[in-house]
Amino acid sequence: MQMTVAEAIIKYMQEEEGVEILFGYPGGAVIGFYDALYNSTLKHVLVRHEQGAAHAADGYARSTGKVGVCVATSGPGATNLVTGIATAYMDSTPIIAITGQVRTSAIGKDSFQEVDTRGITMPITKHNYLLKDPGEALRIFKEAFYIAKTGRKGPVLIDIPADVFSAKIEYIVPAKVELLGYRPNYEPHPLQLRKAVQLIKESERPIILAGGGVIASDASAELIKFAEKINTPVVTTLMGKGSIPEDHDLCCGFIGMHGAAYANYAINESDLIIAIGVRFSDRSTGKVETFAPGAKIIHIDIDPAEIGKNVSVDIPIVADAKRALEKLYEMVEPKHNPIWWEKIKEWKAKYPLRYRWDDDEIVPQYVIEKIYEKTKGEAIVVTEVGQNQMWAAQFYKVKRPRQFITSGGLGTMGFGFPASIGAKIGNKDKIVIDIAGDGSIQMNIQELATASAEKLPVKIFVLNNSCLGMVRQWQELFYGKRYACTLLDVAPDFEKLADAYGAYGRRVTKIDELEDAIEWALNINDAPVIVDIKVKREANVFPMIPAGGSIDKMMID
Amino acid sequence: MQHTLSLIVENKPGVLARIAGLFSRRGYNIESLAVNTTETPNLSRITLVVNGDEKVLEQITKQAYKLIEVIKVNDFTGVPVVERELALIRVKSDASTRRAIIDLVEIFRASIVDVSDKDLIIEVTGDSEKIDAFKKNLEPYGIKEMVRTGKIVMERGLKL
Ligand SMILES: Cc1ncc(C[n+]2csc(CCOP(=O)(O)OP(=O)(O)O)c2C)c(N)n1
Ligand SMILES: [Mg+2]
Repeated sequence: MQMTVAEAIIKYMQEEEGVEILFGYPGGAVIGFYDALYNSTLKHVLVRHEQGAAHAADGYARSTGKVGVCVATSGPGATNLVTGIATAYMDSTPIIAITGQVRTSAIGKDSFQEVDTRGITMPITKHNYLLKDPGEALRIFKEAFYIAKTGRKGPVLIDIPADVFSAKIEYIVPAKVELLGYRPNYEPHPLQLRKAVQLIKESERPIILAGGGVIASDASAELIKFAEKINTPVVTTLMGKGSIPEDHDLCCGFIGMHGAAYANYAINESDLIIAIGVRFSDRSTGKVETFAPGAKIIHIDIDPAEIGKNVSVDIPIVADAKRALEKLYEMVEPKHNPIWWEKIKEWKAKYPLRYRWDDDEIVPQYVIEKIYEKTKGEAIVVTEVGQNQMWAAQFYKVKRPRQFITSGGLGTMGFGFPASIGAKIGNKDKIVIDIAGDGSIQMNIQELATASAEKLPVKIFVLNNSCLGMVRQWQELFYGKRYACTLLDVAPDFEKLADAYGAYGRRVTKIDELEDAIEWALNINDAPVIVDIKVKREANVFPMIPAGGSIDKMMID
Repeated sequence: MQHTLSLIVENKPGVLARIAGLFSRRGYNIESLAVNTTETPNLSRITLVVNGDEKVLEQITKQAYKLIEVIKVNDFTGVPVVERELALIRVKSDASTRRAIIDLVEIFRASIVDVSDKDLIIEVTGDSEKIDAFKKNLEPYGIKEMVRTGKIVMERGLKL
């Protein structure tokens, strides 16, 4: 059947990949694509800035496990996607970015709205393509989706010149993907597994460190079974939050710069770390030279390049987390580790996550606790970046994978709100909230128009501390309280702003208004809501291990 | 320590940019680079000389493998290989020095490929050390220009 490339790729995405939604923004170079969309049943959400499209596709992917798709025009459209693609890359989320390019004959001539999109996105995509030959379109699309969703997942970009969209091709989908240089290894090596089992057996103070890879591989159930069998404490990374229910007896919170003190103590005093789907990022380990000095490390990861990159590993296992955990579960003998648990319970009792109360001002941690309570711990929690993100991570205990969505690797302010739009579209039956800062929310505030147009009742709770709190905190602690450019004394009136966009808005300045406002927001079903909560400016995130420091530098509060 | 890596890659547009980008982004310095086709159509070989310890090399290798178009990465460190570079050297020469230069060319089994009244172009092939030594010997006469290829290597057939 003859059709245009634009028609063919839409048909392909719908029929072969089950794509239900695109997030995008039109322009000259993609006008042919949008024309084909006009008569199509594929739903498209018009964002108000391309960055929003990339984050929305990302939030959709993270919350559903499916591939998210975003579309932008050439030049500025493509460059506006860049932050979103980099965010997805750092956190290994599967998205496809389709960008328009100038006509094939105009490439390389500094034509209107021409940028080298493939060149720009090379270091922030798992792979990318410039689709010049219309006959290659379906092969490239098939490859792109395959690459995005297999192995270590990640963003793939396809750059398509304007004339290619309208070229006619025969609709023939290649039978299979043939990539000589891409063969992810899913099966764990039996010998390595045996060595791991031996180490587990010998260990006295084992700990499991679960990362985003456990969630990406849908291995949460396997993780829990395995951990229960060897009665071993589980700590997570920020990205691993949700891989085990946080109210599970074995769960000991998340480690790292702002992780619970007991989580950091536990991993640092352990004699064996069973690390699954983590990359030992600097925010998790602090100073690597002094990280868990007495621990041997078993490192399970789908990406061989992660093994030995940041820390030396005793037993490397290149495999899919799910399959490795299934096998390990069968092979290990039950363990109890009673002395170790004594110690951990002691830490938990001595250093719980806590915060300082204030009689005059609302403390942000309390706000998160209240939101947790009112949503019964069931909401999908998306965050912005900064203190708001860390307080959300510390005080909103999640129950399941894909429930906590945050920009961990890139730390992108402005991620949360558009990502929550994607999450809501993928999870119509769930409450989706964005825990925001007064700084971050303004980075993609224009997406209120998108959420209003789509009637998406995403709930934004702004922890409004009238400052770029996380940076202010560093200035307070490490730069002699010289608050250079971090105090946001002039802020929009979020109530009016919401109103202007056709959303609901409400301000909370007193603690006794808080519960009411949360309930009010949770009951809205037809449009986005902003609850602007004035919180104490001086509130800080503790515990804190300063950047590049070891655990002995931890400030408890 | 110097390592010679040989990458077999799919011959697709942009593949060299990907590899060069990867190396610069991760802070690995490329000392020498040679790119060419192989006996198999659609495949190219990229031979790279890089500096670094074992750990760095392991990371380079793994990161290179992550590129979709990279099919094979061989590390030739410590492996018996035939290695070759080729250099073209323009050296000053007149009637008074020509004989001495020709003697050097013979000793190094190089060859003269162009002659004028002011200079000679000499072609020399060999491993890096040989080319360095040849160049040093020519220096007193005045080297006006030198063009040198990246290193290429092939594993020896007989394993001792
Ligand atoms: C796009 C972007 N620019 C700058 C930063 C650096 N940064 C990290 S946290 C932060 C402050 C965020 O302020 P706000 O959103 O109000 O959150 P708070 O820390 O006050 O909760 C800044 C500026 C960033 N992470 N992302
Ligand atoms: Mg703030």
